Amino acid sequence: MSDTIKTDVLIIGAGPVGLFAVFELGLLDIKAHLVDILDKVGGQCAELYPEKPIYDIPGIPLITGHGLTEALMRQIKPFGPTFHLGEMVTAIENIGDPLFRVTTDAGKTFECKAVVIAAGGGSFQPKRPPIPGIEPYEEKSVFYAVRKIENFRGKRLLVVGGGDSALDWTLNLQPIAKRLTLVHRRDDFRGAPDSVNKMRALVAAGAMDLKIGQVSGLEGADGVLTAASIKGKDAVEHVECDAMLPFFGLTMKLGPVADWGLEMDDELIKVNTGTFETNKVGLFAIGDINTYTGKLKLILSGFHEAALMAQKAHHYVHPDKRLVFQYTTSSTSLQKKLGVA
Amino acid sequence: MPKITYIEHDGAVHTVEAELGSTVMETALRNDVASIVAECGGSCTCATCLVHVDETWFAVVGPPSAEEEEMLDTAFEVKPTSRLSCQIKVTEALDGLIVRTPAYQGR
Repeated sequence: MSDTIKTDVLIIGAGPVGLFAVFELGLLDIKAHLVDILDKVGGQCAELYPEKPIYDIPGIPLITGHGLTEALMRQIKPFGPTFHLGEMVTAIENIGDPLFRVTTDAGKTFECKAVVIAAGGGSFQPKRPPIPGIEPYEEKSVFYAVRKIENFRGKRLLVVGGGDSALDWTLNLQPIAKRLTLVHRRDDFRGAPDSVNKMRALVAAGAMDLKIGQVSGLEGADGVLTAASIKGKDAVEHVECDAMLPFFGLTMKLGPVADWGLEMDDELIKVNTGTFETNKVGLFAIGDINTYTGKLKLILSGFHEAALMAQKAHHYVHPDKRLVFQYTTSSTSLQKKLGVA
Repeated sequence: MPKITYIEHDGAVHTVEAELGSTVMETALRNDVASIVAECGGSCTCATCLVHVDETWFAVVGPPSAEEEEMLDTAFEVKPTSRLSCQIKVTEALDGLIVRTPAYQGR
């Protein structure tokens, strides 16, 4: 993992705008890698509204979030982008003029001549339950993801939630836990029926517990959890546990972007509207994450921003080459890049 | 136009006019009810527009659909009268509706 990946441009965020940036950069002979915290491409289009219709993509009267993502993936295929999914960029270091070293939470390092932040509303991160006093337990006894199953061997576990994440981890952790209790607010689960059946069978066999209610309090000290209170319909129950795993879906948080020394305005990155460059040379911000006078958070605005960004990024990636503006309709050289000439 | 009253967790009260056919979420955003986040913009996929419908109004508003009930699983402090405000359409029958907003919508 320590080998540095060298590329022309690193794009942070594989939503519609990040994907289209690959196209605009590709036409100018600029190669890109993309990093996204989700395990799939499409960003909000994939996570929040895959099946909902979008009516304001120019020339496309109606398309779903999923459909738009698929179409963009087809459109950028000729440029062979490389995706790094399920990873979050944690640091951007300026090491040249301009040259950047970018690292992810998975330990990957990139070296690139420009960075494009197309991170939308920030990164999708797990929702944290508003249980009083939960903070000291986080990452010590309360975990929003399972990194190593072995860490949970022989422990009394509380898994909270009713979706696939909660059910999958219930089934995976039950065999190695000392005792596993699944907590959900109602006796009905939205997860895959097969997982629900398996979970119910374990409960019936006495191999795990199911409690209907919501976690209302935690007990323990110095980050070491000993028990949780579960508020049911009529009473509060006390369940002893060593670790709690809440799975309440994802929410958008700005995340590490705030630490990169960028000029911001209300959690949005200020940009030059001629180039979509930030206050840092070679560092661009496009799509929902940027702000400027008249900004509209529309996918079509992000597409426009991607096109202008690519013109300026060309200066940094190919400083010795003159940029000649061309149309895909008439330029043989562009058509060759697209594989249609 | 029907009037809706939003009582925020901090006690702030907003009584506002709602457009027929819009949603209780959209009306909240238009009137700066800060504790309605509505991350997904009304797609019933994020559960960040939770409201607790006043008990006297719950029968009029009605229960959530199965899809909405599933999204309520990813909200916090869900009560028997909790609804996602993006799924409540404004009708004449809702004139006078009172909803309360939670302190935390998951972000």
